[in-house]
Amino acid sequence: MINDITLKDHNQERRIFLSRLLIGGIIALILIALLISRLIYLQIYQYEFYSTASDKNRIYSQSIAPTRGLIYDRNGVLLADNKPSFNLTVIRENVRDMDASISLIQGLVELSDAEVDDFKQRLRRRRVPFSSVPISFALDEEEIARLAVNQYRLPGFQVEAQLVRNYPLGAPVAHALGYLSSITEEELRTLNAEEYRGTHHIGKTGVERFYEPVLHGQVGYETVEKNARGQIMNVLDRTDPIPGEDLVLHLDSHLQLAAWEALGDYRGGVVALDIETGGVLAMVSKPSFDPNLFVGGISQAAYTSLNDPIETPLFNRALAKYSPGSTMKPFIGLAGLEYGVRTKDYQIQDPGYFILQGDSHIYHDWTWWLTETGHDLVNLAKAIYQSCDIYFWDMAVDLGIDRMAEFLDQFGFGKNTSIDISQASQGTLPSRQWKMETLGQPWYPGETLNSAIGQGYTEATPLQLATATMVLANKGQWRQPILLKKVGLFSEDLQHESSIPDIKLQNPDDWDFIHQAMQDVVHKDNGGYRNNGTAYPYIAMLEKMPYHMAGKSGTAQVVGMAADFDNNAEVPEQYRDHALFISFAPVENPTIAVAVFVEHGVGGSGVAGPIAKKIIDAYLLDDQGQLKQKFLPEPEMSLQQQQFSSVAESVGVL
Amino acid sequence: MSSSAFIKQLSGDFNNLEKRQSIWEKLNLDLPLLFAVVVLTGFGLMVLYSATDGNQADMRRQGIFIALAFIVMFLVAQVDVRVMRRWAPLMYLGSLSLLVAVLFFGTTANGAQRWLDLPGLPRFQPSEIMKLVLPLTLAAYFSTRPIPPRFKHIFWSLVLMGLPAVLISMQPDLGTALLIAVSGVFVLLLAGISWKLVGSAIGVGVLSIPAMWIFYLKEYQQQRILTFLNPEKDPLGTGWNIIQSKTAIGSGGFYGKGWLNGVQSRLDFLPEGQTDFIVAILAEEFGLAGVLLLLTLYLAIIGRGLYIAAVSNDMFTRLLAGSITLTFFVYVFVNIGMVSGILPVVGVPLPLVSLGGTSIVTLMLGFGILMSIHSHGKTAFRYAN
Repeated sequence: MINDITLKDHNQERRIFLSRLLIGGIIALILIALLISRLIYLQIYQYEFYSTASDKNRIYSQSIAPTRGLIYDRNGVLLADNKPSFNLTVIRENVRDMDASISLIQGLVELSDAEVDDFKQRLRRRRVPFSSVPISFALDEEEIARLAVNQYRLPGFQVEAQLVRNYPLGAPVAHALGYLSSITEEELRTLNAEEYRGTHHIGKTGVERFYEPVLHGQVGYETVEKNARGQIMNVLDRTDPIPGEDLVLHLDSHLQLAAWEALGDYRGGVVALDIETGGVLAMVSKPSFDPNLFVGGISQAAYTSLNDPIETPLFNRALAKYSPGSTMKPFIGLAGLEYGVRTKDYQIQDPGYFILQGDSHIYHDWTWWLTETGHDLVNLAKAIYQSCDIYFWDMAVDLGIDRMAEFLDQFGFGKNTSIDISQASQGTLPSRQWKMETLGQPWYPGETLNSAIGQGYTEATPLQLATATMVLANKGQWRQPILLKKVGLFSEDLQHESSIPDIKLQNPDDWDFIHQAMQDVVHKDNGGYRNNGTAYPYIAMLEKMPYHMAGKSGTAQVVGMAADFDNNAEVPEQYRDHALFISFAPVENPTIAVAVFVEHGVGGSGVAGPIAKKIIDAYLLDDQGQLKQKFLPEPEMSLQQQQFSSVAESVGVL
Repeated sequence: MSSSAFIKQLSGDFNNLEKRQSIWEKLNLDLPLLFAVVVLTGFGLMVLYSATDGNQADMRRQGIFIALAFIVMFLVAQVDVRVMRRWAPLMYLGSLSLLVAVLFFGTTANGAQRWLDLPGLPRFQPSEIMKLVLPLTLAAYFSTRPIPPRFKHIFWSLVLMGLPAVLISMQPDLGTALLIAVSGVFVLLLAGISWKLVGSAIGVGVLSIPAMWIFYLKEYQQQRILTFLNPEKDPLGTGWNIIQSKTAIGSGGFYGKGWLNGVQSRLDFLPEGQTDFIVAILAEEFGLAGVLLLLTLYLAIIGRGLYIAAVSNDMFTRLLAGSITLTFFVYVFVNIGMVSGILPVVGVPLPLVSLGGTSIVTLMLGFGILMSIHSHGKTAFRYAN
């Protein structure tokens, strides 16, 4: 009986077990089916998605920034190149303890807390996993060495090289070349984003900006396979970037530095033009800035100093408009001759002041404050070399503002005639129409007098003054100012047809007459005081010059009435007159035209004139102070001599 | 049918069988199980070769362990498992004391104290031993108790289960603790514990989740569960593994990218590609077809194990075979489920495929037990007649 029960129990136990086992087996099958359906879902239905995800995981298309074109001066001197710069970068995913690493690094390289904050901000931005983020820029060799020694304590950190823009000459050429800096969000919107993928900097001003499309080059692409640590395992496809074109400028770095030196401690702007081509030989604005600062990211202190309200080092004075003062007189005198208002011999008796009919105001000559006498008998030539205001006021009444404006317009005043200096101001060329349009007011006769001596509304940039002087020296033949000489170091110079019509005078001898008058400004010494050129005591009297220089000074009032002060020296600096000087040389064979602007420099002849002379010397003279061979006036040669010399040249005798 | 006729019929059958007794049966090896395991380990080595990028040291070590595991399986199969029933209490106490020893003298690796370095023995995880000792102990316990189990027996079995589980979870190794508990639970379920009890236990378990979350789970464990619920939350950190493994599996498609062509593993996108996440590499290189082959092999092993349990003739071996087989299934399901993103990430290797010697030896020891049950069960029956 007991046995039976046990036997029965055994069977029942077996049944219970088997049923449980069956349930277990069925559940296992269901779960396996669940797994299979999951895998079918992933591998069949989601195949496309994960296949793409897998490729995205490993295949990166990365752009390769093209190497930016170099910039040379006319003699092949490098003005802008690309040099390797070493940055400390970090791959966050490989760092064990970021804060500890950063404090270790702060002991090794110069790294301020502000820079660390910047870095942490960059780190937070969205980015590709395992991509490197820069923490410290422009490491020097010592810092690199210190980092290398401590490399084992800094997993995830590495020193990376990249090419950055470098301006070997620094501040003196900064305003002509411009500079590169980080692309802003705003610029990104207007740029071809495709082309600038991988490029971090863009030209902000000057040549760097104007020729940005030429200098930049074409972006390249590389399709690479990366592993999970971001290391490139394989290059699948590559399109090389096309480097930007090299540019050769008309700029003469020797002359540029000479102009920089010549300005001394003054603030001001200088433009020197090659009369044959219109090429900009020098364009200096002082004070300036180190353009290299912008490339690596500028410090707050440096940026603050760049925004100094008086020094304004970022402001290009060579392209800014100022009252040109008496530098306008040669052009206005030429207008008087051209329109037949005055003859060359016409003389006035100058009492030192001028009274406009129907006007109670007495207009005093600039010399009145020194002598309270006039220039005595004055003709046009003397009115230029003595800079007599009375003569020009008297003439201006007959000439009228509109004819004055029409004539000056032909010399490029009131517009930007340059080809590649887009940031230049247009200046102001006043006329009745101009005043009505811009100010909504009628023209007053007294304003014509102001315009006749380059004051009042009249404003011009040093670039415009140099351009007008070049056209004047060239006897009306136009050349548009241009910085670019050629593209590529070994290519042909670019040829530019001037789009501005040449100036044809009814009597071409008038050119020579004005040239002579301007030469007298510098060289005329007969008769001592009040009969020499205004710049003579400061230029030609001091030394024997191997060439003739033509010029005209200008001293422009900064405040309406300097009369309140007896002497400019007593005037606070910011109210002192601006000094200007235009010139070209050699007079017989005009080669270079120079315009000098000296902010609050007071004396056009005394301050700006010698600066112009130094610049011209630097261009025309050799080390011995002699006129360079190529600038010597061509001697008259017989046909035979010419043939001989060309043969001799070709066999290398001469 | 009279009992004598029944016995006669049976003995006749066995006589016939005896005539056809093959070399495998003489060696106490179960051919279908052996076949599936050999194919599976072979396939596994192939995948591992790709996963380790042909790493010589890894491959040699795995090969040695597999060979060792086969020897262990063969030796265990020669022993009649029923002998072990008597040794069960001793084995249980021994294993338990090893687990206690681990807590005091264990070697720490990856923040957990799981390994024991005993002089003269290779380094091992006592929890691996417990994986077999616990079901064996419980099967032994219930084999002499009424089926379905009484309440007090259930209580004591839970104590037997709880002690090692708690000790292992203190290492901490929650995954293994749970899996060991599961192997015990299977014994209980197979022993016929009432569904009402199972249902209420599940109910209590679910209700205690918040308390467990707050008071019991460590931060990294909470993190794993959160990641499972939303891997995209931290795709570069905790979500990385699961996103990359799903990508590897999905990009395999039906036919796969071909052996050694899996880019996810070759480019190191899959961490632990040789261990816990190896099925992702298999799925990437061999596609759905490869995974189906793998699952077929596992099903063959599980099916054979369940069959052995079903035809076994005493409760001890039934419960033991059933628990071993179902636990094996759980390993497979949890691993593939976690790698394919339907379960949270718990550190469970893919049985017989993942790199790692101890687990393979333990598993094969289990298969040795299954073979022993089957082989000696027949002979025992024959001797009984």
